[in-house]
Amino acid sequence: MNDRMRKLLGFLAPLLLLPGLALAAGEPEVDHGITSWMLTSTALVLLMVPGLAMFYGGLVRTKNVLGTMMHSFASMAIVGLLWAVCGYALSFGPSVLGGWVGWSPGLFLLKGIDTTIMSTKVPEYVFAMFQGKFAIITPALIAGAFAERVKFRGYCVFLVLWILLVYCPLCHWVWASDGFLFNMGAKGAIDFAGGTVVHISSGITALVAALYLGSRRGYPKTTMNPSNLVMTLTGAGLLWVGWFGFNAGSSVSSGLDTARALTVTQVAAASGAVAWMIIEGLHHRKATSLGLSSGILAGLVAITPAAGVVQVDGAIALGFIASFMSYFAIMLKGKLGYDDSLDVFGIHGISGMTGALALTFFIRPAWMAEARAAAGGVWTVGQQFGVQASAVLITVAYAAAVSIVLLVLIQKTVGFKLDKASEMSGMDHSLHREQGYGLLNPN
Amino acid sequence: MKLITAIIQPDKLDAVREALIAAEITRITISRVSGHGRQAEEDLYRGQIVAPNLIPKARLDIACNDEFVKITCDAIIRAARHGEEGRVGDGKIFVTALEQCIRIRTGESGGKAI
Repeated sequence: MNDRMRKLLGFLAPLLLLPGLALAAGEPEVDHGITSWMLTSTALVLLMVPGLAMFYGGLVRTKNVLGTMMHSFASMAIVGLLWAVCGYALSFGPSVLGGWVGWSPGLFLLKGIDTTIMSTKVPEYVFAMFQGKFAIITPALIAGAFAERVKFRGYCVFLVLWILLVYCPLCHWVWASDGFLFNMGAKGAIDFAGGTVVHISSGITALVAALYLGSRRGYPKTTMNPSNLVMTLTGAGLLWVGWFGFNAGSSVSSGLDTARALTVTQVAAASGAVAWMIIEGLHHRKATSLGLSSGILAGLVAITPAAGVVQVDGAIALGFIASFMSYFAIMLKGKLGYDDSLDVFGIHGISGMTGALALTFFIRPAWMAEARAAAGGVWTVGQQFGVQASAVLITVAYAAAVSIVLLVLIQKTVGFKLDKASEMSGMDHSLHREQGYGLLNPN
Repeated sequence: MKLITAIIQPDKLDAVREALIAAEITRITISRVSGHGRQAEEDLYRGQIVAPNLIPKARLDIACNDEFVKITCDAIIRAARHGEEGRVGDGKIFVTALEQCIRIRTGESGGKAI
């Protein structure tokens, strides 16, 4: 596949030197209100990545804090570059290779969009950058599953291959106007802001990676205490704030849809957090700060696909159900014994699937009426549930299958799992020759 | 009774802890300290190589009865050494006479309190 890709790139490269073929006639004008909100959203979604670095960094042991935060920051660097070079073209170009990915030579290096204003009245540059932030955060989420035990070089190769072969195709299927999931059923599979593309794909890849790479040394016998829950809470807070850009920005407008998405995002996050506190309170007689953060994330993940179609009652329900499901999944993980270190599958995978499926029962009536009209009279909740389930299953199957191939490939070539001595001395020292904390308690 | 104080490289802390547990020495106190001996460790900060004047180390304090001194020291030496040959900065072990040891919970003292 890689060779084919390279040949394709080599063949197309000369075409790119031609001047951009902009469609000058009848282009929409820039709407400053929408554009400024989309610029803000783009910045908010990027803010989630350092937020994630803090969230994950606080959860690992002191000797791995920098190595773990580097996973998020490396994604900002590597995927940030890759997206502008060819990621956007592969995701949002017109379908090629039977709809597997998109491609248009004009989108290589974003050359062809220098003057493009989209029909949403936003310069295409803004849309491309906004989408790029989603690509950055998705593989960074996966890194929590194999925290504290992978080589940096192997991780960097994984970032590149996973974006090109898993993220870009999924993104194309779900969000490009000619993607097949975008057009499935009466009004398409509902994935407002990335339930399947971001959370289910990263969650399932996380599970596959945790199973393939194996546990950390000493897990689960040795206790592996979080180095800094203060940082984890701060990170969770930044994620919540950034999520307004993630969801409300995904309306690519600045109006009613934006307001709806923002409202249900706030409500679902709060509802997830309350639910987790109640569950922990009943189970352990204590509400923990890590539990509260997990509840926030579970609620946010579950509302992500649903933010365009549910109302406040649905948001409350989704937050509650997601927290309950994720709590149960994490307890089950303890029983099964696999080491998904920072519960990427437990939170993102499980809450993502919960949100994508359960949203069907809370869709606002107006949306269903439109779907009925589009389908020519009849469109039931059951039919939409079928579409949602297909989108989830396709995402799970595709992400799992390609990811396992990538993991084996990288492990056999550059190496992915860290050797025993380096793992024991910690990633900060063995991989980066630095240390995160000064004179704090050792571990 | 003896008090064993070992200063080791922090990256060998896990290895030493596991070696001690394997030798059934489980009552230890660990602190993070800094100091310098003959080693000049180089850290990389923004591409500049700087030699910090105080180098981070881990310190282990282990009180034990006389017959356990050799077992403890051997375990630490084996686990804390870098490679077969060892290298400058691997650390030191100090063994000092321990006058008294009292368990706070019961008030018992001497060798049986350790």
